[in-house]
Amino acid sequence: MSHGAIGLDDAGVVLNGTPVWQHVTGSFAPGSMTAIAGANGAGKSTLLRAILGEVPLSAGRITLGGLRAQDFGYLPQARIIDRAFPISVTDMVLGGAWRQTGAFGAASRAVRQRAADALCRVGLEKQAGRMIDALSAGQFQRLLFARLLMTDATVIMLDEPFTALDAPTTQDLLALVREWHAQGRTIIAVLHDMHQIRTCFPHVVLLSGGQAIWGETARILTPGTLQRAYDTPQATPWAGGPA
Amino acid sequence: MSMLVGLWEPFATFGFMRRALVASITLGMGAGPVGVLLQLRRMSLIGDAMSHAILPGAAIGFLAAGGLSLTAMGLGGIAAGLGVALLAGLVSRRTHLAEDASFASFYLTSLALGVLIVSARGSNIDLLHVLFGTILAIDGPALYLMAGITTLSLFLLSFIWRPLVMECVDPGFMRMTGSRGALYHMVFLFLVVINLVAGFEALGTLMSVGMMMVPAATARLWTRRLVPMMALSATVGMLAGYTGLLVSYHFRLAAGPCIILTCSAAYLFSLLASPAGIRAGGGSSPFRSH
Repeated sequence: MSHGAIGLDDAGVVLNGTPVWQHVTGSFAPGSMTAIAGANGAGKSTLLRAILGEVPLSAGRITLGGLRAQDFGYLPQARIIDRAFPISVTDMVLGGAWRQTGAFGAASRAVRQRAADALCRVGLEKQAGRMIDALSAGQFQRLLFARLLMTDATVIMLDEPFTALDAPTTQDLLALVREWHAQGRTIIAVLHDMHQIRTCFPHVVLLSGGQAIWGETARILTPGTLQRAYDTPQATPWAGGPA
Repeated sequence: MSMLVGLWEPFATFGFMRRALVASITLGMGAGPVGVLLQLRRMSLIGDAMSHAILPGAAIGFLAAGGLSLTAMGLGGIAAGLGVALLAGLVSRRTHLAEDASFASFYLTSLALGVLIVSARGSNIDLLHVLFGTILAIDGPALYLMAGITTLSLFLLSFIWRPLVMECVDPGFMRMTGSRGALYHMVFLFLVVINLVAGFEALGTLMSVGMMMVPAATARLWTRRLVPMMALSATVGMLAGYTGLLVSYHFRLAAGPCIILTCSAAYLFSLLASPAGIRAGGGSSPFRSH
């Protein structure tokens, strides 16, 4: 579908009486691929949640360019999901397409085939019948990506999608993100790995000192801005970064 | 032979025993699956809190109807339970208090208010009936109401099955993708409230939550699959209803506590005998396959 940019106009968020970020203005163009970076507590996840309407703004406004809530796909931080819940890998993936399922969660043959394809795409076809608590951290993250595939979202929001993953898993999932970008979907990802941002994300929002610096990655991620954002003398890019 | 006769004779002879049996089977069928979801959402204590929270509404219904009337008390209970759920949710969103902390404050207030209302206008016997139920005095209209609540409960569960399960395992995903997660949360709390209301003429406001939580805890010890877990929870509740009534009849004991204690016996047995029980030694589940 055609839609406009997601825009923030002098937006601010205050949580528990403390300003998280203020006077943020900028936009995510349709089909763009943007990383959100910043130190712990800078409000990266809060920015995602504010766009999705989950956190109220204390000032300014956010426009969605005609996008509806169901046009958004969201990948939460894996640690906030209850992995002890007794649900199978296939059922978890089908959860991404719950709108197309009927009573008792019954899914049509076509939806089940899409779920099987999604699992195949992330390399989990052999784990389809297992329970989610039997998956490793990397496999679980692949599962969340498969569920995201099922949503067929126009805008994909990823909250720390590659944290604590090994290099092969990260590469596989990053390839999937690039594929989504190539399909014209808008990607917004909270990331810590500066090398990853520099090599894969053309645009960045750097949250620093309650403000947002917004623009092309090469222009924004300078030693000076990074030093101010992370309040560290080490201005060179680091991989893994502060957790 | 006489022992075998004892298994069905009370129900064949006495209408009140038959109605009690139908009531406990109905309660088990509705409350069992809801209890499983409540436990898996780590909301067991919220179920307990909710059972207290419905008391002032039930008490006002009791006074308005001039006695034990499941319809009047049920409507009052549903209104009070949902009111407390909404208030607790509102407080947890607007303050730094977690939902369980706000529930704890509201349910204790509700319990005190409910006891005050009943004791101000009714007798101690009335208070005992409201708190602990009178399963042997269930009448036809009460049975219809219970059956209606169980039917509605199972229908709603099936209708919102997948979003509800998704909301349990990953509330953030549902909220963030415009799926009205809060709506499903409220529908779920509504299911908890109506099942507690269904149970309170039979088991009282204090024990009706037992039919929801103890069979669910028992079922969780035997299976790791959600649907079998719910079916087993309902089965344990229904069998405990039958067994508890028999025990109460033959040993002349109070019926409500016998039913809940039978659930507890099944739970204790499962703790000792099930693969995920005490033998597993805690920590990771023996069902895990990695």
